[in-house]
Amino acid sequence: MGKLLLERLLTLVLKLFGMAVILFVVTQVLPADPAAVAAGTDARPEQIERIRQELGLDRPFHEQFITYIAGLARGDLGQSLLTRREVSDDLKLRFPATLELAILSAVVIVVFGVGLGIIAAINAGNALDFLIRAFVVIGMAVPPFVLALFLQLIFAKGLDMFPLEGRLHTRMAPPPFVTGMYTVDSLIAGQWELFWMSLRHLALPVAALALGRLAVGARFTRSGMLETLSQPYVRTARAKGLREKRVVLRHAFRNALIPVVTMLGIQIGFLLSGAVLVEVVFTWPGLGRYAVESVLSFDFYAVIGAALVIAVIFVVSNTIVDLLYMQLDPRISHK
Amino acid sequence: MQSRFGRPNKWIKLGAQNLGLAAGSLLLLPFLLFALLPTVFATHDPIKTSIRELYSPPSAEHFFGTDELGRDVYSRVVHGARISLASASMIIGIACLIGVALGAIAGYWGGWSDRVIMTLVDLVLAFPSLILALAVSAALGPGLRSAIIAAAGVWWPVYARLLRGITLQLAEMEFVTAARAMGASAPRIILRHILPNAVYAIIVRISIDLGLAVLLLASLSFIGLGASAPTPEWGAMVAWGRLYFLTEWWIGGFPALAITLVVVAITMLGDGLNDLRTIR
Repeated sequence: MGKLLLERLLTLVLKLFGMAVILFVVTQVLPADPAAVAAGTDARPEQIERIRQELGLDRPFHEQFITYIAGLARGDLGQSLLTRREVSDDLKLRFPATLELAILSAVVIVVFGVGLGIIAAINAGNALDFLIRAFVVIGMAVPPFVLALFLQLIFAKGLDMFPLEGRLHTRMAPPPFVTGMYTVDSLIAGQWELFWMSLRHLALPVAALALGRLAVGARFTRSGMLETLSQPYVRTARAKGLREKRVVLRHAFRNALIPVVTMLGIQIGFLLSGAVLVEVVFTWPGLGRYAVESVLSFDFYAVIGAALVIAVIFVVSNTIVDLLYMQLDPRISHK
Repeated sequence: MQSRFGRPNKWIKLGAQNLGLAAGSLLLLPFLLFALLPTVFATHDPIKTSIRELYSPPSAEHFFGTDELGRDVYSRVVHGARISLASASMIIGIACLIGVALGAIAGYWGGWSDRVIMTLVDLVLAFPSLILALAVSAALGPGLRSAIIAAAGVWWPVYARLLRGITLQLAEMEFVTAARAMGASAPRIILRHILPNAVYAIIVRISIDLGLAVLLLASLSFIGLGASAPTPEWGAMVAWGRLYFLTEWWIGGFPALAITLVVVAITMLGDGLNDLRTIR
């Protein structure tokens, strides 16, 4: 297990390096001149030239690349061309917002997705199963940004049940910074009202993000459960006279979890992509919205930085899923 | 109790799948018609503005109302069908061509070509697709064409992986060995013996991916990287309509509904085709 873990970590580092290379090469062919972007709209040519030298953009490609990668190794993601702030400082502020959104969504996906999947499986073929499957097809197809807009329209504007956008009301001060996740920080500080407010602000974005993925989760759980329920050892368990609940939850479910965990790994990518869109709709100050803003203003270090951090979340969580997978199915690590 | 958990009856299953196939096709049909004959179904010019009819709600004259420039939303949705479906087909077409070629090469020759191609595949798939597409399409400059290229650029690895797997399997088969023994060249074996056996798997995959491609393109446009100003692209229409969504919901709401319906339809179709294969 230790050797395997080391191997995984090494692949992880190599993979991240490769991804940094891809992003750097891609953004190098940006049609807009980064120096001109940094100089502002009414800069004179010599100003642009000076900034180009200042930022090192006049140096050959490979030199720029080496400087960038060397910086990466030190955790330096370069400067934003527009604000001249360190990209890593910007991302530190944005990261917890996205993490909070993603973690809560993942919990909702696992709990409700797996739950619905099990209910559908033990009701296979009847009306309840049909209803859940119909929900799955629709849930999968509604784009997160469409869902986000309609949730806003119905629950924020129409019914006035949840706040429209943002992480907190503008007049409320965020809790003292510990993790940057408002729900956690407000609990640490014992500010109950703030906790409740930030949870209410999370409700619609999480719903928009989780619903589609939850549908996929239900679908995988259902087929996994159906498969294991038809296995001989389940029949044996029934023949032993075990109660149905025990057969379903102890014997079938644990084995059905394997495809579910695989699914979860794939879901994380969709979740992060969806977060970008949902953050835009709910003006959620996370990584996704930062990436979109930087892309639209050709702020290329900021784009690479944000994309890279999102990619890191994805790759790391996939590695965790992989390890979890081995825990669930000992056969895999023995191979 | 046993029957409750037993395998569902094969024929009921087949019927249910055909239901999905049928419902999917039925749902997709109007959009296909819109895409083929937009001028027949549209009631107005999709890009003609009308100062006197800004923000009018849905009515007999304007089925889906008018937008912030007085353009007929229904006609824009009708014309948008062609843009969305054609772009999605292009994305998957390009991705499929590149992916199939590289996947077959990697699977057939193995060795370093396999290693290089699969490393690239792994790296591209290591990104959440929208994130990489975002960077690529920004790099190419905003616009529908960039968005299509970017989407295809993040999609080909799916097909490369599929084809590599199939090729590895088929290359072991006797009919391939026989062809090789008869002196057939590698390109001939790939084109004549391997590809024809992969066609069904590729078609099923395409049918599933098309819906996702509509979604990815709409997402890029929604962010502001796809189609530009007057083009009636659904994702872009939702993005512009978002500004007025809480009051004039129809401007963005109907294009959003169109995206959803098309994706539902294609997903149902793809699922039906996929299940049909597993049942055979």
